Amino acid sequence: MQNKLLLNIAFTLLFARLRQSVVAAIGVTFGIATFIALVSFMTGLNKLLDGLILNRTPHIRLFNEIRPSSNQPVNLSPKYRNYQNFIRSIKPKNEGAEIYNSQKIIRAIKNDARVLGVAPKVTAPVFFRTGTIELTGFINGADVLAEQKLFLLSNYVIEGKLEDLETVNNSIFLGKGLADKMMVEIGDAIQVSTAQGALATLKVIGIMQFGIAEIDDVQSYTSIQTAQKLQGKPAGYITDIQVKLKDVSLAPGLAKQYSELFGTRAIDIQAANAQFETGSNIRNIISYSVGITLLFVAGFGIYNILNMLIYEKMDTIAILKAIGFSGTDVKRAFIFLSLIIGLAGGLLGLLLGYLASLSISYIPFETSALPTVKTYPVNFNPIYYVIGIFFALATTYIAGWFPARKASKADPVAIIRGK
Amino acid sequence: MTMAEQILKAVLINKYFYEPSRFKALSDITFGIERGKFVSVVGKSGCAKSTLLYILSTMDSDFEGELFLDNELLNNKTDRELSRIRNEKIGFIFQFHYLIEEFNVINNIMLPALKLGKLSRPEIESQAMHYLNLLGIAGQALKHTNQLSGGEKQRVAIARALINNPLIIMADEPTGNLDKKNSEMVFGLFKELSVEMRQTILVVTHDKDFARQTDQTIEMQDGRIIST
Repeated sequence: MQNKLLLNIAFTLLFARLRQSVVAAIGVTFGIATFIALVSFMTGLNKLLDGLILNRTPHIRLFNEIRPSSNQPVNLSPKYRNYQNFIRSIKPKNEGAEIYNSQKIIRAIKNDARVLGVAPKVTAPVFFRTGTIELTGFINGADVLAEQKLFLLSNYVIEGKLEDLETVNNSIFLGKGLADKMMVEIGDAIQVSTAQGALATLKVIGIMQFGIAEIDDVQSYTSIQTAQKLQGKPAGYITDIQVKLKDVSLAPGLAKQYSELFGTRAIDIQAANAQFETGSNIRNIISYSVGITLLFVAGFGIYNILNMLIYEKMDTIAILKAIGFSGTDVKRAFIFLSLIIGLAGGLLGLLLGYLASLSISYIPFETSALPTVKTYPVNFNPIYYVIGIFFALATTYIAGWFPARKASKADPVAIIRGK
Repeated sequence: MTMAEQILKAVLINKYFYEPSRFKALSDITFGIERGKFVSVVGKSGCAKSTLLYILSTMDSDFEGELFLDNELLNNKTDRELSRIRNEKIGFIFQFHYLIEEFNVINNIMLPALKLGKLSRPEIESQAMHYLNLLGIAGQALKHTNQLSGGEKQRVAIARALINNPLIIMADEPTGNLDKKNSEMVFGLFKELSVEMRQTILVVTHDKDFARQTDQTIEMQDGRIIST
């Protein structure tokens, strides 16, 4: 009942000086709107930049490195087991890059609850032949559906349809740089030879562009079956198992676990992209400091306006006290007043911030790195809206609290005498 | 005169001001007001009669001595308790009416009763209308306070002071800002309240004519009572 009366008083005071109240609320609105728009835009850009690397990088990659056996025969001999053996000129064993028992490993990883998805891959260095020239490059035999689901491969396709890799026999997607060098277009046939000398003719059915010249100049994609056939390997020959996790922070631990469990090498994303992590963290810190600075500047503006507003109402405060309202009542009424301004201004700020973000997301943005991105990226994460309204209420509460406390302590006589 | 119950009693009240230097504004003020009396405090400008009134009305709690209202000692009460007492037992009328300009007439009058919270809103509204009728300004109920004349504003202030049926009404130079005609009207209202409703009233004024017509006159000079 009392709160209702105090709220009623707050509303009456606000509406009596509507223009001033609106100015105060607009201060909140602009602060919150700029915060929302800027943070959404900055984190949108960040996500885009992160995505350039992260989307394409598996969280854990299982593969076999060509390396010498760590258990040399001399160590197996009982006679020399307790000796310190020095062996020179060790050569790696011809085990190749194949992951043994890959189907079982894939099934085991798929059953792990922490895993989002698995995409097996066959990679092989090849020569692309055009006329008399041989270009070195790589062929990736990929499970197109899994690759699309986990790494959004179609985002990088500039011509052709990725699904066709699975249906068209002996087909290939070329990197843009590679296609330009060979001067081939969709529908042309190219010759590919492996390091072992096997030769095959593949049909170009698409062009992809990752935006990184080193990659676009050498990479190509084909189906797993085509890649296996090309190398004369049986079905089931897999060189890489790419794993994407639900929580990327688990990658280092899990990589170690998988490495021991399956007897392969396993590298996690953090180890593979250490310098990238640092860059990403710094960009995040920058966004957050800009966001917090904006909110503080907005908060100070709110404080200023409310301070003035409350000092102008000193007469009213004196009268309210004289007719029987206590200091606490007065304080509460003015805090209500502040919160009403905060809520109204804040909600409007959310709307304005959303509209601003929306218009940013329509500004054209052409980048060779991402052929499918046509406009500026904006991150419409609801959490920023929650932070925005929470901050609007918190600042107006604090901004109202200090002057309201001063008002509550004021002696009505001093105010009346001061006339 | 029979010995009636004293509803307001001041015992040896002293008040100091500290700015610009320590200065004794009130010395040993002792007096009482009986229920139903219309009492005036007179004195020249600067004799601290308003200062005394602010102390009696609990708005100024920085003093020495004892103050009783309705046989209850008011020293050492908290801000909240004093607010409650002001709200329930004292109706205060200022020289410059002091209406809240953001509220219209009837809401100004209703505010102390809404704060008290004893009656429902419709009941308070009909009470407020009753007083507006009594004071002859019922037609102004929905107007804003800045649309009223000085005399009308003072009548609204009186209605606001009456709304909670206070034990005592205190007024600080209620006619000080009014012309002769309006002054007489306001005095007439006080007299009516005193005679017809047995309302206890304490008025501070420098108007000797006004004071002469009250039941009792307390005269002050330089912070002391020189006659009661």
